Amino acid sequence: MNKAKRNDIRLIPGGITRPKTTITNKTGFWRTFIPIFNEERCNKCGICDIFCPENCIIINEEGYRHPNYDFCKGCGICAEECPKDAIKMILESKEG
Amino acid sequence: MSSQLFAPGHTACSGCGMPIAIKLILEGSGKDIIVVSPTGCLEVTTTRYPTSAWGVPWIHSLFENAAAVASGIERALKVLNRDANVIVIAGDGATVDIGIGALSGMFERGDNVTYICYDNEAYMNTGVQRCSSTPYGASTTTSPVGKLSFGEDRPKKDLPAIAVAHGVPYVATASIGYPKDVIRKIKRAKEIVGPKYIHILTPCPTGWRFDENKTIEIAKLAVETGLFPIYEIEGGTLIKVKKIKNRKPVEEYLRLQGRYRHILKGFKDQLEIIQEIADKNAEKFGLDG
Repeated sequence: MNKAKRNDIRLIPGGITRPKTTITNKTGFWRTFIPIFNEERCNKCGICDIFCPENCIIINEEGYRHPNYDFCKGCGICAEECPKDAIKMILESKEG
Repeated sequence: MSSQLFAPGHTACSGCGMPIAIKLILEGSGKDIIVVSPTGCLEVTTTRYPTSAWGVPWIHSLFENAAAVASGIERALKVLNRDANVIVIAGDGATVDIGIGALSGMFERGDNVTYICYDNEAYMNTGVQRCSSTPYGASTTTSPVGKLSFGEDRPKKDLPAIAVAHGVPYVATASIGYPKDVIRKIKRAKEIVGPKYIHILTPCPTGWRFDENKTIEIAKLAVETGLFPIYEIEGGTLIKVKKIKNRKPVEEYLRLQGRYRHILKGFKDQLEIIQEIADKNAEKFGLDG
């Protein structure tokens, strides 16, 4: 009886998706201006990383941060907030 | 810093303040959480079917019942003897207008849920319609400036005060311009049992009409002018306020935003009223110092 009752319960689960699957969506093509990070001026403070809305800043082997251009939408918050003026926004030319 | 719990590839507008708030929330909360989000920018940009940006369990409720869904999850976790923090992350429309009934119920029952409102001060996802969180003087598509209108004619609803009136043990406001402060408040909320309410200001380049690289500057200016005071209230007592040295005139905040352009072009009375709002905040919370 109990078993039958349990089987009668049908939950409609709605849409279920896998975690962190938005990485298939390369938002980098939205970009007009591209941030260029200058390692010589960088003091590794990480402010660019804290404020990046895309969460797309990665740290390289030497500990310097660079954006993943696959996702960077070119908002320029990193360049605006960088205390060392180590990030420049330049008009991006796209090939093809 | 870069939160491992939130993936890139979401479709929030370039320069959006909301995902910055999400990163800070996840940094403070850690991975043992269940997030409930009602309809809003957050839902449509981070969970475009069949993808999700979330690295923690996340559920979409209806527009109006995020608080009730969170209460249900909290009860279920208790019954199952499992340990996780239930967090609601909702926009201002879902919080101050549409979901306020369910939210009031959650506060009143004393459920152990952290309710976080990211406030972009209008219905941005559907095209910048005013809501009760829209500040005085702002032009939106449903409070447009024109011959007979100077924009929104009602002051911003004070939801933190409504939460305090419910006897909520922890109420805080924050701005993404001060990331350490946001993370600290999320961590503090985790330590308190019972309902918690945190209100975070997240500027919106699309709806507020400013350059997309100015998001953080504007988030700071809202605080520095006194228009968005950041404070903490525990057990009904104001325990901490972010003091402002040399409070800036409100023009500095307004002039960067298209939604206020008309105010500076000729609505002098309204400009004075906006300055009065900032002055009253400063007096009420003792901001100057």
